[in-house]
Amino acid sequence: MKQKFGIKQVVAIGIGTALFIVLTNAQVPFMIVPNTALQSRVAVLTFFSAIYGPIVGAAIGLIGHALGDALFYGSIWWSWVFPEAIFAIAVGLFSERYKVKAGGFGGKEIVLFNVIQVIGNALAWILAAPVLDIAIYAEPANKVFGQGAFAFLGNIIVAGVLGTLLLLAYSKVGAKSGSLSKED
Amino acid sequence: MAGSRLLTYKEKNTWIHRLSGVTKMLFFLLWSITGMLTYDTRILIVMLILSFVIFALSRTEWAQVGTVFKFILLFLCLNLLAVYAFSPHQGTIIYGTETVLAFSGRYSLTAEQLFYEFNIMLKYLTVTPVVLMFIVTTNPSEFAASLNKLGISYNVGYAIAIALRYVPDVQADFTKIKHAQEARGIEMSSKTSLWNRLKKMSMIIFPLLFSSMDRIDVVSNAMELRGFGKHKKRTWYMARKLTRNDYLTLAFVVAFAAIALAITFSDGSRFYNPFV
Repeated sequence: MKQKFGIKQVVAIGIGTALFIVLTNAQVPFMIVPNTALQSRVAVLTFFSAIYGPIVGAAIGLIGHALGDALFYGSIWWSWVFPEAIFAIAVGLFSERYKVKAGGFGGKEIVLFNVIQVIGNALAWILAAPVLDIAIYAEPANKVFGQGAFAFLGNIIVAGVLGTLLLLAYSKVGAKSGSLSKED
Repeated sequence: MAGSRLLTYKEKNTWIHRLSGVTKMLFFLLWSITGMLTYDTRILIVMLILSFVIFALSRTEWAQVGTVFKFILLFLCLNLLAVYAFSPHQGTIIYGTETVLAFSGRYSLTAEQLFYEFNIMLKYLTVTPVVLMFIVTTNPSEFAASLNKLGISYNVGYAIAIALRYVPDVQADFTKIKHAQEARGIEMSSKTSLWNRLKKMSMIIFPLLFSSMDRIDVVSNAMELRGFGKHKKRTWYMARKLTRNDYLTLAFVVAFAAIALAITFSDGSRFYNPFV
């Protein structure tokens, strides 16, 4: 993979993290389970991972979640910081295949993106987060797996609906590669 | 209002403010790792007291952190209730004994459960003052500079500096967009169906994200014009050398973490068990 790390990536991490932090506060309570909600920041993370790849995504997830938690809640729940990066890496690994920048984000790519998105979310919230919760905080297993399941549900809805729509819109804005045709 | 709750750096002249950002970050990382690993009540209580002493030394005012602190307490209560609701006998599983205090059946209240939840509360509270202190006493630019001094690539330092620099700007954009959408008659706070909530969320996120993509172009072009990334090293206006106090602080936290973990794991378990 020819993932170049240049100025644009540095700035994308910075601005993406700022967006992620600001949107920490813009979430819609989802169910009564504490700490789970429809988080709009997930859409931002999904979008940046799909466009800029795994490194930018993971950095936004880690820094954004840690700083966002610290700035808004004054406490960092580390066992939920790392899964954010796992999800971002999963989505980001296939960033070239979605062809968002090339303007080719269509039927096949949307399916691929959503399959990856669901797998990434499952790895992060059904597997990693509860396991880390138990290892780090020794919380009861059924509680954390319950929370994980709700986080998983909320996040696949946000990433699936908002993520897909955002990528679709952005893909339309950019010029299609190979869209120039030779005049006869 | 969205912006008012955010914690921000405030210039003051205490010895904690004068410490390097890196010292404070390492302190905070080691402190929270220790707090995460130990379930030893005695250590947690000592840490809690020290946290509040440090907090008082940084002369942070209640007005700076009050609202955030109330949120933390709310979350803490919800979490404690959830632990009880999902697993009312986790304490018995951990401490091995059962001393029923009230109620019977599945939700019988045991002393072990209360003690276990008391520990969760302590764990949460020991880290909070230190996080708050780190945020309100560390200058973001100085922090980025001192990260680089630690040998971390200046790209990383810069990414963090940009993030902290643009939080207020993005926050302002967010508020502007929200007000604009409300002026168009879209109610943001009502309780409607899931789908409607998602739709409202997207009405803020779309403009916010696309204006941010433009901003990325503008900022990265400006940086490119100034030759960012041309050399392996760069100098920092806000850089600060580590002083004697920095080394003392670091020595203290390393020693404290080592001793705390040694005591915690001396009996082979991370829990302190008063029941046997």
